Amino acid sequence: MIRDALGIGIASGAYALSFGAIATTAGLSLIQTVSLSVLMFTGASQFALVGVLGAGGSVWAGAATATLLGSRNALYGLRLSGLLNVRGMRRFAAAHFVIDETTAMAIAREDEHEARFAFWATGVAIFTLWNLGTLIGALATHALSNPKVLGLDAAPPAAFLALLAPRLRSREPIAIAVAAGVVALVVLPFVPTGIPLLIVAALVALLGLRPVKK
Amino acid sequence: MAWAGLLAASAACYLLKLAGVSLPQRWLQNPRLQQTVPLIPVALLAALVATQTFSSGHHLVLDVRAAALGVALIAVLLRAPFLVVVVAAAATAALLRLL
Repeated sequence: MIRDALGIGIASGAYALSFGAIATTAGLSLIQTVSLSVLMFTGASQFALVGVLGAGGSVWAGAATATLLGSRNALYGLRLSGLLNVRGMRRFAAAHFVIDETTAMAIAREDEHEARFAFWATGVAIFTLWNLGTLIGALATHALSNPKVLGLDAAPPAAFLALLAPRLRSREPIAIAVAAGVVALVVLPFVPTGIPLLIVAALVALLGLRPVKK
Repeated sequence: MAWAGLLAASAACYLLKLAGVSLPQRWLQNPRLQQTVPLIPVALLAALVATQTFSSGHHLVLDVRAAALGVALIAVLLRAPFLVVVVAAAATAALLRLL
């Protein structure tokens, strides 16, 4: 299990390299980039924030998008809370580690003790290597004179696509993804940068008013 | 200004995680929430892919980033690791600009 945790940690570290590079290209300082990985510690939200900034959007549009993307972590927390059974101060530490990877690793275990171990081992491994990867990616990009020459402006959409792909396992999410992309492009010329994302999120919230599926 | 946004978003993301492990289970077990929240990342990530590939400022554009996304899509379909997908896309854009 430790080997699994390390494997995921190393993969996250590699992916953090690209976060460090993209955040730096978007104009964040080294300390801002590293702070995001330490404090926010949820990959898709971090990529979204720096993606909006890099495209010329305001930091608040980026912050709102990052927060909306972080909403799924609340549902992960819900699934994990019974399993982890954490109280007191440990709950505040455990909460920080509630992300896609730790949830997947923990709920895949049959035994509660193993689930807890998987959660903490994966959390510590990813937290360490995610921050190390961010630092290295940011430092390396700071050393470049012109990151655009390396095609780094084409990196964020690829990163978002890689984050999106595992969520497209049935017809409904695929239809929603296509519709969201089209709506965002249609409204883009008329609203400030970053706002198309919030319009799309509002439309998804309206979907919540549908009758509940059995 | 940038710092305020970064810290506010970090705090909001942490509070969402903390809410998940702290709030009474039944609050979040609302079926509407359960069926809608997982769709938010799908829609937002798709909108991010579209806008960051096909726009520049407030204009819709078709440039080397579209080709880079095509390469990224192939890499994703081949189940390439995350970093490979991103590097392949960046390298495609860089090479096409050199031509």
